[in-house]
Amino acid sequence: MAAKKLNMKDKYKMLTRDLDWEFSYQDRKEAFPYEEYEGIKITDWSKWEDPFRLTMDAYWKYQAEKEKKLYAIFDAFAQNNGHLNISDPRYVNALKVFLGGVTPVEYQAYQGFAHVGRQFGGVGARVACQMQSIDELRHVQTQIHAMSHYNKFFDGLHNWNGMQDKVWYMSVPTSFFHDARSSGPFEFLLAISFSFEYVLTNLLFVPFMSGAAYNGDMATVTFGFSSQSDEARHMTLGLEVIKFLLEQHEDNVPIVQKWVDKWFWRGTRVLGIVSMMMDYMLPNKVMSWREAWEIYFEQAGGALFKDLARYGIKPPKYVDIATAQMDHMSHQTWWNFYNFGEAAGFHTWIPSDKELDWLSEKYPQTFDKYYRPRWELAKKMEAEGKRFYSKGLPQLCNTCQVAMINTEVDDPTMLVYRSTEYKGEKYHFCSDGCHDIFVDEPEKFVQSWLPVHQILQGNCGGADLETVMREYYGMDVGVDNLDMKGSPDELRWKEWKSA
Amino acid sequence: MSVEIKMATLEPVRHTFTQIAKRFGDKPASRYQEATYDIQAVTNFHYKPSWDPQHNLNDASRTAIQMADWYVLKDPRQFYYATYVASRARMQDNAENNYSFFEKRQLAERLSDEVKNKLIRLLVPLRHVEHTANLNNIYGVSVGFGTALTQALVYEGMDRLGIAQYLSRIGLILDGNTGTALEQAKQAWMEDSTWQRMRALCEELLVQKDWFEVLIAQDLVMDTLTADLYYRQFDCWLADQQAHDVTMLLEFMQEWQKDRDRWLDSTLKLVASESDSNRQQLLQWANHWSGKVAEALAPIAMELIDGDALSRSMDALATRLNKLGIK
Repeated sequence: MAAKKLNMKDKYKMLTRDLDWEFSYQDRKEAFPYEEYEGIKITDWSKWEDPFRLTMDAYWKYQAEKEKKLYAIFDAFAQNNGHLNISDPRYVNALKVFLGGVTPVEYQAYQGFAHVGRQFGGVGARVACQMQSIDELRHVQTQIHAMSHYNKFFDGLHNWNGMQDKVWYMSVPTSFFHDARSSGPFEFLLAISFSFEYVLTNLLFVPFMSGAAYNGDMATVTFGFSSQSDEARHMTLGLEVIKFLLEQHEDNVPIVQKWVDKWFWRGTRVLGIVSMMMDYMLPNKVMSWREAWEIYFEQAGGALFKDLARYGIKPPKYVDIATAQMDHMSHQTWWNFYNFGEAAGFHTWIPSDKELDWLSEKYPQTFDKYYRPRWELAKKMEAEGKRFYSKGLPQLCNTCQVAMINTEVDDPTMLVYRSTEYKGEKYHFCSDGCHDIFVDEPEKFVQSWLPVHQILQGNCGGADLETVMREYYGMDVGVDNLDMKGSPDELRWKEWKSA
Repeated sequence: MSVEIKMATLEPVRHTFTQIAKRFGDKPASRYQEATYDIQAVTNFHYKPSWDPQHNLNDASRTAIQMADWYVLKDPRQFYYATYVASRARMQDNAENNYSFFEKRQLAERLSDEVKNKLIRLLVPLRHVEHTANLNNIYGVSVGFGTALTQALVYEGMDRLGIAQYLSRIGLILDGNTGTALEQAKQAWMEDSTWQRMRALCEELLVQKDWFEVLIAQDLVMDTLTADLYYRQFDCWLADQQAHDVTMLLEFMQEWQKDRDRWLDSTLKLVASESDSNRQQLLQWANHWSGKVAEALAPIAMELIDGDALSRSMDALATRLNKLGIK
């Protein structure tokens, strides 16, 4: 008898979806206990549309082929001292930010997707999440291996994993993922799969990879290409998640809307560091942060939210404020790090004249008026041998943990200060968005581990900031930090290039 | 004659990352080391998980097992993602050849009805046990501690999904892709008295809280017994029935078992030798679950092989526990 030909959907159903069964001996709610407490109503898991139908045999085969090619490039890169081909040694500081800020959150994604990949009652959703979990582990490890060679020749990459849970600015991405992982399973998926992967990937992950492509970083850009098909799978999962939740029950709509609002805002605050990377840290620019926001959020996101309107979902709250701030974000963020460059684990610098002109051109409304004068002053001081560093550390927002550098939309010379009282304590915020998030979940956000407060309370060892940096953060003080000019990174580069 | 390409050599500033150098000294590290050690964050967790407010997000105290350093549990296979998928791609390539060969030559038609029935009623339902094993290992990934161990668990978790899918394919080969064999097998799983104790046990495993206990119950006790029963004794039985061809379809599982046991044995030996309390805890769990698994497997073993089959498998388990120092 000739075997019947199965289509993908039926085959996947038989090989995967039918593996689960109705329980007879235990309460299924004991086995999958976290599905109800967020208020989300799932009436029928079988309505889950598998976003990709990959069986394990195919997964192993495709992924192994990708890894083989990727590691061949890593080997060639290391063997031929590929780091000498980058545009400019300043570029490596973008990698320091990436390895310190992005790789650890990929690890948290690995853990978070394993959690939901165990806990969802629907087998289709579980398996999709498990596959994303192991993919995220792949990204952690391939990123480490891509940067391993840089670590041998540049400072500031050596203690990325020892710094993730301690350093004052690393708490921005770290707390973002702690927030998502400590939430219920559906909020986690909405936060990471939908807001982070689907809405923001092109503004977060992709700019680093494009930056690598434009700056001669063969190792990182090859990783980027190699992970593209993984990312595409993760994005389709994000889209399926939101549609599934909205189609399951109308009572889910307001809950999902609240999460869309929260995670959009939290996401935009994390993007501050990407904005400065694109506008200031890349010697060869890809596009301005403002342009990236227009293409990837305003246009792509606009179309997405138009599509979701039929479910009753509105564009995220404060999207207008976020968009207005995009003319300021990168300038404020880089200026902040330039100021606190003594306490940063990477180098900072004044943009070259050519770069200042580029910024003037890309930000005609704001740069010359508000930011260029600061850099002209910094240049003058540097020329006089008076490169300045602000002492201490800035105050952080209690929700997003970004330094309080955000300004009012109608007056960019005024810092935003919002605050609230909860149980007799006062809490400070950088924005209305962060204020609202706190007020909605005060019991969660009073737990925020604010690195600057913690130092002041003596919880990070050391009597002074330098000791904290050396002993608690594990930074090589005087080497990893301070200005690019005169750094060991710069000196070594000149030596290699003059040899 | 040798050819020598001249290259500029640059002296590196350091040979590896700080955390790796702390453990192994500042010398060139392996990719496994850089991808494994001290990756997982250990401190300053911002918020307690809403689903488990008694613990931190990453918390070693979610199990009764205690390790001074969870990173001693290194994988003797040195699996990180790239080496893991490379190994499995090679195994699946082999499996694909076997399955294609079996299908192309229509070898299913040469099987007796007795063998076919046995495969459908007693082998194919094992895919639900594998699905349970998938969930149990992923549970360890989600709440377990230390990248050295949790990455091995995610590899195993995905392996078990793969094995569940291979077992499903055996069903499809037997029913000509109509799905009737899978339906029959599921019906046996859901209703047949032979399977009910096993199904009850799988459901019970899924409500356990201590992830290391789940690891012992599933990966050690359950797997030792089922592997001996299915991939050794049943394999022989198939040969006796002139049904060697089926063995081709089980080769992946047999090869996998050996590979997996190399890691599991090494891990459990280290955990047992860490402290007396660990050893006693492992022993208590092993005893508790071997009783339950034996009970669940008894009717299956009887039908699959004979009345002595289970006791032979129990001997294999006793030997293994002894070898691991769980005594």
